Amino acid sequence: MAERFKLTIVTPDREFYSDDADMVEFNTTEGEIGIYQGHAPLTVIVKPGILTITQGETVKNAALHAGFVQILPEEVTILAEIIEWPSEIDTQRAEAARERAENRLKDRSHIDVARAEAALMRSIARINAAKLQ
Amino acid sequence: MASMRDIKRRRGSVQSTQQITKAMKLVSTVKLQRAKGRAERSKTYFKCMYDTVVSMLSKAGEINHPYLKAGESAKKAVIVITANRGLAGGYNSNIVKLVKNNEDWKKEDLIIYPIGSKGRDAFARAGYELGTDYSDAIEEPIYVDAMKISQQVLDDFSQGRVGEIYIAYTGFKNTVTHIPTLLKLLPIKLEDERTAEDKAVLDFEPETEEAVELIIPKYITSLIYGAMIESVASENGARMQAMDSATSNAEEMIDKLSLLYNRARQSSITQELTEIIAGAEAIS
Repeated sequence: MAERFKLTIVTPDREFYSDDADMVEFNTTEGEIGIYQGHAPLTVIVKPGILTITQGETVKNAALHAGFVQILPEEVTILAEIIEWPSEIDTQRAEAARERAENRLKDRSHIDVARAEAALMRSIARINAAKLQ
Repeated sequence: MASMRDIKRRRGSVQSTQQITKAMKLVSTVKLQRAKGRAERSKTYFKCMYDTVVSMLSKAGEINHPYLKAGESAKKAVIVITANRGLAGGYNSNIVKLVKNNEDWKKEDLIIYPIGSKGRDAFARAGYELGTDYSDAIEEPIYVDAMKISQQVLDDFSQGRVGEIYIAYTGFKNTVTHIPTLLKLLPIKLEDERTAEDKAVLDFEPETEEAVELIIPKYITSLIYGAMIESVASENGARMQAMDSATSNAEEMIDKLSLLYNRARQSSITQELTEIIAGAEAIS
């Protein structure tokens, strides 16, 4: 098995996760990325999506919405502005948000498209993460 | 000398005031503990954020981005964080003074973005130009509010309405020491050039220019959020101190009034006695 690295996920309000991990996957502005120990130093920006932490046999999921990630060979730090465990997600609310965002996107005339798209992506990430529970 | 009844009434009113200040002190002590815990928990985030931005900007020699240069407008946006409530000693007025007494600034050049109604009212009275008011956000600072505020000021910055952005808040050093602080948010300037060698050079994905565009707003947001949290802690610390000294002043007043009251009581008894004896003597 590959060697582990130290994974820290912090939000402005709490330390979300701090442990060793084999692999971590998430969405970035450049596409999906999976990180093992010994990655080249890199800083990437997060796009809404599912964060997957693999640690031996256990796999943990979370919905990661915004922030950026600092990758060093032995250490990965995720500065998350918004992140939730599946158990913290209100599925109904996320569904409602998705519908709202979709309706707004259909009627493109007078709204902030970028904002609606971001809202849509967030709600989809939440729904998918909640399914993985 | 005031009559016994007056003194008694006065003492009663001081006593009930003391009860109020005592209760307020207890409340702000609890709130302070909570705010302090919050500030502790968010420290890691800010440290990581700062490190990243520093290492990013240490390569900024070749980056040419509007966030790193002053805008053309002479206007300066100042986010002023005060409280929505008074009775916190000099907490609110210190911040207002800090902004008003800055000699480099002209009143006409400033746009105040108030967070906290005490500061807003003070600047409105003094005739400053006010931007959007976010006073509700200080009741219970949450990150989403900070995001809204930073978006607003960054919009104003990129659209050229303001050339520089500052934030005035009260730094929380410890429970008794609070420092009114003025911080420049934009354009970003690194204070010291110690930066480049302390970490392996980081690569950015997307390109550094784009990363600046995306990370700087997050950095500003985190600064605003941090300032809000610290200010709330300071506010409660200041109120706790103010209420503590109010309570002990009331204690002192009560002691003094009790003494006066007892003296008045004694002298009235003495007088009555004298009168009775004199009366008895006159009869016999």
